[in-house]
Amino acid sequence: MKKLRLQNGFIRHLSNWQKVLVLMLFGLMLTPSVMAQRTVTGTVTGADGAGVPSASIIVKGSTNGTITDLDGAFSLKVPDNAVLVISSIGLSTQEVSVGNSSVINIKLAEDAKTLGELVVIGYGTAKKKDLTGSIATVNEKDFQKGNIASPEQLIAGKIAGVAVTPGSGAPGSGSRIRIRGGSSLSADDPLIVVDGVPLATGGIGGIANGLALINPNDIESINVLKDASAAAIYGSRASNGVIIVTTKKGRKGDGFRVNFSTILSSAQPVKYVPVLTGDELRALVNKVGNASQKALLGTENTDWQKLIYRNAFSHDENLNFSGTVAKVLPFRLNLGYLDQNGILLNSNMNRKSVTLNVNPRLLDDHLKVDFSYKGSFAKSKFADEGAIGGAVGFDPTHGPYTSKDAYQGYFEWLNPDGTLSTLAGRNPLGILNSRQDVSDVNRHIANAIVDYKFHFFPDLRVNMNVAIDKAFTDGYTKKDSTAASAAAVKGVNNTYTQERTAKTFESYLNYTKEISGFRADIMAGYGYQDFYFEGVNNFFNLKGVRQGDTIPSAITPKSQSTLVSFFGRANFGFKDRYLLTFTMRRDGSSKLAPGHKWITYPAVALAWRMTEEGIGKELFSDLKLRVGYGVTGQQDGISDYNGLKTFSLGGNTAQYPFGNAYISTLRPEGFNELLTWQKTTTTNVGLDFALKNDRFSGAIDYYFRETSQLFNDVNIPAGANFTNRIKSNIGTLENNGIELTLNTVPVKTNNLTWEANFILGYNKNKITKLTLVDDPKFVGVTTGGIGGGVGNTIQIHAVGAPKNSFYVYQQVYGDGGQPIEELYVDRNGDGKITPEDKYLFQKPDADYSLGFTSNLTYKDFSFGFVLRGSIGNYMYSNRNSGGTFGSNSLNYLYNPARNVLETGFLNAQYFSDYYLQNASFLKMDNLTLGYDLSSLFKNKQMVRLTAVVQNVFMVTKYDGVDPEIGGGIDNNIYLRPRTYSLGLNIQF
Amino acid sequence: MKNSKKIIFFALITALTVFESCVKDLDRVPFYDITSATVYNDPANYRAIIAKVYAGLAVSGQQGPAGKADISGIDEGFSTYLRQYYKAQELTTDEAVIGWNDGSIKDYHNMKWSSANEFIAAMYYRIFYQITLCNEFIRETTDAKLSERGLSADANIKAYRAEARFMRALSYWHALDMFANPPFVTDADPLGAFLPKQTNRADLFAYIEKELKEIETLLPDPRANEFGRADKGAAWTLLAKLYLNAEVYTGTSRATDCLTYSNKVIGGGYALETKYENLFKIGNDASKEVIFAVRFDGMRTKTWGGMTFLVHAPVGGTMRAADFGINGGWGGLRTTKDLVGLFNNSSNVVDYNDTRAMFYTDGQTLVIDDIGDFTNGYAITKYKNVDQAGKAGSDPEGNFPDTDFPMFRLADVHLMYAEAVLRGGTGGTTAQALAYVNALRQRAYKTTRTALTTITLDDILNERGRELYWEMHRRTDLIRFKKFTTGAYLWQWKGGTKNGAAVSDNLNVFPLPAADVIANPNLKQNTGY
Repeated sequence: MKKLRLQNGFIRHLSNWQKVLVLMLFGLMLTPSVMAQRTVTGTVTGADGAGVPSASIIVKGSTNGTITDLDGAFSLKVPDNAVLVISSIGLSTQEVSVGNSSVINIKLAEDAKTLGELVVIGYGTAKKKDLTGSIATVNEKDFQKGNIASPEQLIAGKIAGVAVTPGSGAPGSGSRIRIRGGSSLSADDPLIVVDGVPLATGGIGGIANGLALINPNDIESINVLKDASAAAIYGSRASNGVIIVTTKKGRKGDGFRVNFSTILSSAQPVKYVPVLTGDELRALVNKVGNASQKALLGTENTDWQKLIYRNAFSHDENLNFSGTVAKVLPFRLNLGYLDQNGILLNSNMNRKSVTLNVNPRLLDDHLKVDFSYKGSFAKSKFADEGAIGGAVGFDPTHGPYTSKDAYQGYFEWLNPDGTLSTLAGRNPLGILNSRQDVSDVNRHIANAIVDYKFHFFPDLRVNMNVAIDKAFTDGYTKKDSTAASAAAVKGVNNTYTQERTAKTFESYLNYTKEISGFRADIMAGYGYQDFYFEGVNNFFNLKGVRQGDTIPSAITPKSQSTLVSFFGRANFGFKDRYLLTFTMRRDGSSKLAPGHKWITYPAVALAWRMTEEGIGKELFSDLKLRVGYGVTGQQDGISDYNGLKTFSLGGNTAQYPFGNAYISTLRPEGFNELLTWQKTTTTNVGLDFALKNDRFSGAIDYYFRETSQLFNDVNIPAGANFTNRIKSNIGTLENNGIELTLNTVPVKTNNLTWEANFILGYNKNKITKLTLVDDPKFVGVTTGGIGGGVGNTIQIHAVGAPKNSFYVYQQVYGDGGQPIEELYVDRNGDGKITPEDKYLFQKPDADYSLGFTSNLTYKDFSFGFVLRGSIGNYMYSNRNSGGTFGSNSLNYLYNPARNVLETGFLNAQYFSDYYLQNASFLKMDNLTLGYDLSSLFKNKQMVRLTAVVQNVFMVTKYDGVDPEIGGGIDNNIYLRPRTYSLGLNIQF
Repeated sequence: MKNSKKIIFFALITALTVFESCVKDLDRVPFYDITSATVYNDPANYRAIIAKVYAGLAVSGQQGPAGKADISGIDEGFSTYLRQYYKAQELTTDEAVIGWNDGSIKDYHNMKWSSANEFIAAMYYRIFYQITLCNEFIRETTDAKLSERGLSADANIKAYRAEARFMRALSYWHALDMFANPPFVTDADPLGAFLPKQTNRADLFAYIEKELKEIETLLPDPRANEFGRADKGAAWTLLAKLYLNAEVYTGTSRATDCLTYSNKVIGGGYALETKYENLFKIGNDASKEVIFAVRFDGMRTKTWGGMTFLVHAPVGGTMRAADFGINGGWGGLRTTKDLVGLFNNSSNVVDYNDTRAMFYTDGQTLVIDDIGDFTNGYAITKYKNVDQAGKAGSDPEGNFPDTDFPMFRLADVHLMYAEAVLRGGTGGTTAQALAYVNALRQRAYKTTRTALTTITLDDILNERGRELYWEMHRRTDLIRFKKFTTGAYLWQWKGGTKNGAAVSDNLNVFPLPAADVIANPNLKQNTGY
């Protein structure tokens, strides 16, 4: 009966009995014969040919009507000669006379589609056409189908100016998200708001960040507020941008529906870190080693990396119920189960999740209640990631085991006296197998949003949001005393518990009025957020002897901070042509010093819809110029009580002996009585455009962002405080950049659609001030700690340069092009190589980031991929710089970097620019093939199969294992695997 | 409508009350840590705060062995006072080399340091951390403040106050010796956002002298205080050391004053330890030779610096860690052939009859070709985490020693006495000087046959090398004898060349860290940096 079409989502399918339910809900009697009435069926489609769900169909001049099902199909009893009014949010309303036809298919015009789309902007929504700020939206329809394990992947490569660096290969590791390059020197994570709840930044064991908690299947839309005029409504927490996630709600009148999906996947290492084989190391030691080193050589050829990695299988199931209880309680419930094995031995995450949304609409829709609960119960087994670098650097001339029982039979390096070497690395396989490290994290986020539109004054509504976010962690680490890594401490038995609570209360009043082309939308509100933490660590060895240090009388460390905010926003529109937004937010933070706690963030934005003016009307369906200016702030990245002079208790193992007594100490803490907000000012100019044929739309933005009063650990004058470095508000950082987004539909026929999306972001950042007093002799604040030696750094924050610039010596090369050990260019010409000869060379952040997303659908097949590129990012290979080989008498051997065969360096030359490489790359993040099998089931069930490859390929000149390592220092990461998965999705 | 107005009015009042109480939540204070408003009301807290002043010489922060560091900008284990003091005073001299690649550590022995050197900065900030702690304590224990709190009768607090002034003088002496023209802050200065003024050697010398003389009467008699806390003996020794080096600091010799205070110490009831090696083992807190010590404990006073560094870092190669009461060596510290040479007999071989010649030579070369290779240069076995019976210390893991570090000990005062006599001081005799020096030699050789019959200043320097090597006197001594930078004495890798080379005289003083010169515009960098 129903023609099967290839559609974007399974949810548009609906079984017949559900249709019955829908119809019953609207009180339509299915009597076999009613005079003068007949049944009209049909489908409402959008311009793209896909069915439009939930479109309303009303017989003009009556209350008789229905809504379309998820396929856009409907069936309605109508009188003869009826006129149907078909409408749907975001589409132009259309009237159709039924005449005498019994099948009516309506195609709704799409020219206003994206413009009418509602966008969640924080404390309210706005139509896309009315937006004045730089806000990017990714909707369900834009999501890549298939195996998406984390919500970050839904936006990776899709939004210009948003860089998503996938986490390591470890199960549950989170991505690093940077919006427009980050606004500070330390804390650059954007604010994440889920269903109106601003989450605390940072992760909690087992959950990398707030996004990791959300099942991607539950997400309806992700909006990213990029510029200050848009984000200023989140004032104090908005400097790094805001990501607003909205989950799917229950919808009034929805029939009962069950959806089940499962994904099976297999992950495997793609590429190992290049190392020397046993034979190669033997040759090297025999060439440059001394007699004692030669004596240590074994006869094996062990590939340690192959021993610690594995092919890992995972599966992920989701069972989803939605419908309406007792006609007034629409709900949506999702139960998830994820069992993810990491490719490193002994790493696993097992997560059960529950999401429940209940969304009653009462009092003629005057009262809307959105209740939401998200629960996540994660059990993680953490592998000792020390084994990763361990395997790369462990001597390949020895096998993993010995014939002896000591140290659980693993080969370990011993001192000449037979004791365990304290300097050598431990057997990587032993490290992995001898540790049990397990944590349980249970997190609950519950919130209720009540929105009431006054009966006596419907232009005014009040909205109240109460939320609680609680996370409980407990875990333990155990090692047997026979494990080499725990022999000295006689075994390990550590336990820890943590509890975090974030409470949010927000309320606002909203007044909307439209009079003869003039529209006002005014909102004023109040917010209160409180963050509480407590945690206890208990470190014992297996004999019950306490390890580590605790504060006296075993009290539980606790910490708390509070934010109080008043905010308001006024949107004015005139003739849909001129749009103006004022935003004001006043924030107070308990973290800051008394007298410096409060700040006001203003923002203003103007937009001009040029097409409404008649400009470019022949070519464009929309042309909008936006200009915005705003101030946002930050208080993340500082501890809770930095602004107060306090005394801290010393631990039980940092006491001092007076005579025979041990005295616990009291230490006055360093404090900054002037500590205040970090301020970011952004100016943004943008142009939105859409061509008339709807095949081509996009936006281009230019921004200039300056962060002043930077939180910066600066040296303070010696003698003036109880520490030498303190969190201060000194320094200025500039970011400016251009973003381009292009959405195209190059091919569109009945059977074939190709959608392609291209983004380009250019960002340049520069530190313009770092000290109170400008001093040309001040080189900067060193950062970027590296492995090898203690306290060595490779990067610097320097005035006039991008943050985290590499700070290195300029290598001198021989005639053959090989670097000469310990020979650098004497850049200041004083005849000596001193630290003054170091220079600034490149930085880890990319100049350009690119994304290309393609979705091709042909009949029942779909095919898509995401390409992501990065240009101008540099990487320091710590693996190479630390992996030199020379003669020593350390009583153990290690595997140097393969690169030593090229350099021949005997001693580490950590600071040579030789180790810096251009790490620009192009990666295909995923490749998806989908097939809709519903027709085989006569469309009674929706059945869809997907096959996905993640981490498909990579093009780069960087010679390490992965050019994408946050921070730009390559020091052995948990390899990102290539994952093959198969998914099945069934809906009843 | 009327009703709704009432409702709105009521809601507004409620809202304002809620806002008011929520805004008060912004005044959050820590749950357990004490705020400055209340800490000084409890007399017990004064002991805890003065304990922190002493602990500042030993540990790195509020957790042992690491955690909640006192100073930052350098690895916490590196950041301890004693570890940095060792590096500044020993790695720069003939007595020690270190094989590691940590930051700019090699610049010490190569004498190529700059104002960017993080080890020099760590030393500097440690000194001023101590001074700030002391200033705070002194500021809060004035008679006026104590009587305000009803604590004016508390004799303990008065004693702590005098000790805080000693501890401040000690750190200021280190600042005077190493940095010459450091910033100057006292309890009279404010805290927080202010810029300390710079001082100079003459003024700082006078200030330290005045302080020590003022507290001389306030401190307990020698050996009358709890061990670990300062007494008159500590203050006298510090005065003697100040005067001994006065010519370097002010251009005027104060040999007579040095003698005066050396005599006071020697008459203070101290006695030489019978066996030299026992001074550097567990139990040295019981030694009557020790005047002032920095204390450690394997279970209670843990750090990755201090004595942990002094015991672990010199163990490597074929040395057995168990002999030192530890779980493993760090393979870093050795010495040059030039220190070893001080122990040579007439036929130019090391005279191991001198029990102070605590060298480990198995698998080690005398000559250093590569500082990075532990086997280059003799290792030294002076500091151990074992008691006199050879039993290892209390830490079952073998990380943290129980051994204390004898910062001031009688042997040093003997040698100061002798040197002051030779430098023309009055109040002592050459015969007595010889007797004091020979007492040390007799203990070392276990015989009187090696007693000196005549003595020169150079003999004193060499004797100081043999007696006090690795005890953090060497840099100061070499400068006083004008041998630190000059060509008068070259040791291996001095100036970065294998056989040693003279370096610029400005290196007799360390640079002020560039970071502080930038943070504090009142500071002028030392000459030549």
